[in-house]
Amino acid sequence: MWSYVTRRILATIPVLGVVAIVVFLLLRLSPGDPAAIIAGDNASLEDIAMIRQQLGLDRPLLQQFILWAMQLLGGDLGNSIYLSRPVLGLIVERVEPTVALALTTMVFAMLLAIPMGVLAAWRAGSWVDQSIMALSVLAFSVPVFLIGYGLVIGLSLELEWLPVQGFVSFAEDPMRFASHLVLPTVTLGLVYMALLARITRATMLETLNEDFIRTARAKGLAEPRVLLLHALKSAAVPIVTTIGTGLALLIGGVVVTESVFAIPGIGRLTIEAVLQRDYPIIQGVILVIATVYVLVNLAIDLAYPLLDPRIRF
Amino acid sequence: MKRFILMAALLLGLAVPGVGMAQDRATTLRVVVHANLQILDPVWTTAFITNRHAYLIYDTLYAMNSRFEPLPQMAEGHEVLENGLLYRIKLREGLRFHDGTPVRAQDAVASLRRWMARDAMGQRLGSVTNAIEATDERTFEIRLRERWGLVIDTLAKASTPAFIMPERIAMTPANTQVTETIGSGPFIFVRDEWRPGNRVVYRRNPDYVPRAEPADYMSGGKRPLMERIEWLYIPDQNTALAALNAGEIDYYEAPPLDFIASLERNRNIRIVSIDTLGTQGLIRPNHLFPPFNDPRARQALAHLVRQEDYMRVVVGNPRLYQNFCGAFFQCGSGNDTAVGSEAFMRPNIDRARELLREAGYNGERIVVMQPTDRAQYNAATMVLVQSLRRAGVNVDVQAMDWSTLLSRRASRNPPEQGGYHLFITTHGGPDTAAPVSNIWFNSRCERANPGWACDMELDAMVADWARESDPAARRPILERIQRRAWESLPYIPYGQYTQPIAVRANVQGIVAAGMPVYWNIEKR
Repeated sequence: MWSYVTRRILATIPVLGVVAIVVFLLLRLSPGDPAAIIAGDNASLEDIAMIRQQLGLDRPLLQQFILWAMQLLGGDLGNSIYLSRPVLGLIVERVEPTVALALTTMVFAMLLAIPMGVLAAWRAGSWVDQSIMALSVLAFSVPVFLIGYGLVIGLSLELEWLPVQGFVSFAEDPMRFASHLVLPTVTLGLVYMALLARITRATMLETLNEDFIRTARAKGLAEPRVLLLHALKSAAVPIVTTIGTGLALLIGGVVVTESVFAIPGIGRLTIEAVLQRDYPIIQGVILVIATVYVLVNLAIDLAYPLLDPRIRF
Repeated sequence: MKRFILMAALLLGLAVPGVGMAQDRATTLRVVVHANLQILDPVWTTAFITNRHAYLIYDTLYAMNSRFEPLPQMAEGHEVLENGLLYRIKLREGLRFHDGTPVRAQDAVASLRRWMARDAMGQRLGSVTNAIEATDERTFEIRLRERWGLVIDTLAKASTPAFIMPERIAMTPANTQVTETIGSGPFIFVRDEWRPGNRVVYRRNPDYVPRAEPADYMSGGKRPLMERIEWLYIPDQNTALAALNAGEIDYYEAPPLDFIASLERNRNIRIVSIDTLGTQGLIRPNHLFPPFNDPRARQALAHLVRQEDYMRVVVGNPRLYQNFCGAFFQCGSGNDTAVGSEAFMRPNIDRARELLREAGYNGERIVVMQPTDRAQYNAATMVLVQSLRRAGVNVDVQAMDWSTLLSRRASRNPPEQGGYHLFITTHGGPDTAAPVSNIWFNSRCERANPGWACDMELDAMVADWARESDPAARRPILERIQRRAWESLPYIPYGQYTQPIAVRANVQGIVAAGMPVYWNIEKR
C-alpha cells in the first residue's frame, strides 16, 4: 500500500514538470503583452519598453524559463506582474470561496444525484426513471451561465430571497456566507448532479441484475436494505471514480460560476490573469490545480479497497 | 409541507440582513467600477482606473471647472512674473497628508518632478522648464526657459494630472512603482481590505479641508460625505445590472449603453450624465505603410465613414450620441470647430474609390485588427470592415483579444509580417479637447502613438497654439490646425457619445466631473 502511494506521488513529479513546461511555452508563444496593459491605453512605446525591461520580459525565453524553474524548485511560484505580490499568497486569498463552492456543490450534487440514480435504476423504464433521466439531460445540457441568470432573476430579483452576487467569508458572517453560496451551488451543482445521477443509475442497473442481489431478495431482505447496503455499496466504485474525474468538470464550472456571481475565487483569478497575460499567476494556478487533481484522484484510488475489499494495492 | 416551511424559513433567515448592515449601507457607497484596480501608482500607468483611484486619495494643485478653466485646488493662487517666465505658486493653509504631516512646497516640487518625467504633458512642461524650487514651506517657483501659455492648464489637466505625494514618496524614481498610498485627498485607501480583483475600500479623510467654493467639474470643494466607499469589480455586466436592480450596489460606473433605456424605466434607478464632453471614437490607420502612408488613402477612409452608422451600432440610444461631429477636439469643448470637415459629413464611396486608386491601392490585403472582447470596439470594427468591403477593399479581419491588440499595435513591422493597417480605439475628456494634449492627434512621426501619424507641419501649428496664451489669438490657429487635420488625418473620428452612470435613486450630489468622482455624494 505505502509503496503504491509513494510510487503514485513520485509519478506526479514528471506530470507536473510537463505541465509546467507546456504552460510556460503556451503562454509565452501566445500573443499579448502584459507591459502594454500595465502601461495603459495612452502610454508611449518608450514607457511600454521600459516596463517590459523591468519585468524581465525582454530576456530570452530560455533564460526566463530557467529563472522561473529555479524559483519553483525553491517552492516559490513567483510574483504577480501587476500586483507585485507573491502568487502563492494570491491563490491562498482566493482559496476559501472556491473550496467552499466546490464542497457545497459536491455535497448538493451527491445528496440529490445518488438517491435519484438509485430510484431511477430501481424503477427502470417507469415514468419515475424517465422523469429523472429527462431532468438530468436537461440539467446537463443547459449552460451554467443560463441556469445562473435564471436563478438570479427568480430568487434574487423577483422573490428577493437571496443576494445576486458576491461572497462573504465564513469567519466574517456564517449566515451571509451561506446565503451567498446558495445560488452558485445550485447553478454549478445541477450539472454535476446530472452526470452523477446518470452514472449511478447505469451502475446500479448492472448491479441489480447480479446474482447476489437475487439471492439477497430471495433471502427475504427488505428492498431498501437490498438497494442501499448490497447494490449501492457494490456500485460505489464507478460512482466514486466519477466524483473524482468530475473534478475537472467542476473546475471548468467554477470559472463560469464565479464570473456570473462575482465570487472572488480562483476561477476569476485565472480569467483575469489570462486576459491580462499575468504569466506567473496563470502558471501558478494551473500547477496548483494540476496538483490538486492528481492528489484527489490518488485519494479516490486509495478509497477503493474501503468500498470493495477485493481490490488490493 | 413542514419541510417546505422549514426551507422557506431557512431562506428567509439567510436573506434578512442584520441591523448593523443596514446602518452601514446608509454611510457606505458601493460602486461597480469599470476595471480591476491593480496598480496604485498614478505616475506609473495611464490606466483610467488608477487615475480614478488617485483622485480619491490625492489632491492636485489646480483643477478644471466646467468651462475648462484652470482654478486653484491645493494652490491658494499664483503669480506670473518676469514676462511669463516665472510662475510663483502658493499652497493653501492647513493641508495635511493622511499620515498627519503637513503638505509642504517641497512635497509639491518632488511630485511635479516625478510626474514630469513620465506624463506626456508633464514632459512638455518639463521641456520648457529651467528649474522648480521651493522658496518656503508653502511657496514654490517654476522658472521657464521660454514662454509657454499652458503651465497652469497643464497642472490642472484632468487625466493623469500631477497628484501631490509626500516628498519622501515622490522621490521614488519615476520608473519604479511607489508602494505607499499616502495622499492629502478626501478619502483614505484602506489597504487591509484591498482584495485585488474583488474589492477596494476607502474611508473618509476626517482631516480633509475642502475649498469653500461649490464643486464644479474637477474644481471647487471636495466634501467627503460618505464614511466609506467600496469599489466592487464585477466584470459580468448582467450580474452588475442585477445587483443594481436588487439594491446591492448604489452606483454603476459604466452600464452597458444598450441597457440605458430599460434602466431609465426603473423608478429606483437614475441615469446621470457626468461627462459633458463624452468619448470620441477613432479609426487609426498605420501611417508607416501603403496605402495609408498616403493622405489620399486616409481621406478615402474618411469618405467611407458615416458616423451615424457607427453610433447606431456602438451606442444605440440616439440621446447619447451626435449624428455628426466634425471637431477633432470634441464637439461641445472650447476648441469645437467643424472647419475642414464639410466634405466628410456624408459618405462618398465613389470619391473614396477614386482617392484609393490615386494613392496606388490595387486590391492588396488590408489588415484590420478586431478586438472581440471589447464590445464597443468590436461593433465599430465590424461597421468599418463592411464599409471598406463596400468600396471594394480587400479586407483581412484578424480577430484577437484587446491584450493582443495592444501589443500588436506597437509593432512597426509591415502588415504581412505581424503588423497591421487599421484598428479602432476611443479617447475622451478634456485632454482630447486640446491640440497639445490629444495624444492620438500627435503627429510627430516616431514619437507619435502607434500608427505613427507623421505631419511636422501640423505639429508646428500645434506648437504655435501652445505658445499662445490669449484665447482670442488661439482661435485662428485652432482653425488652421483643424483644416490641416482633415487633410492629413492622423485619425478618422467615427463619432462622439457619452457614457452615463447608473445610480440608485437615493444617491444624490453627483458631481458632473467628466469621470466618476465620489466627493459630495450622499445617500438620502
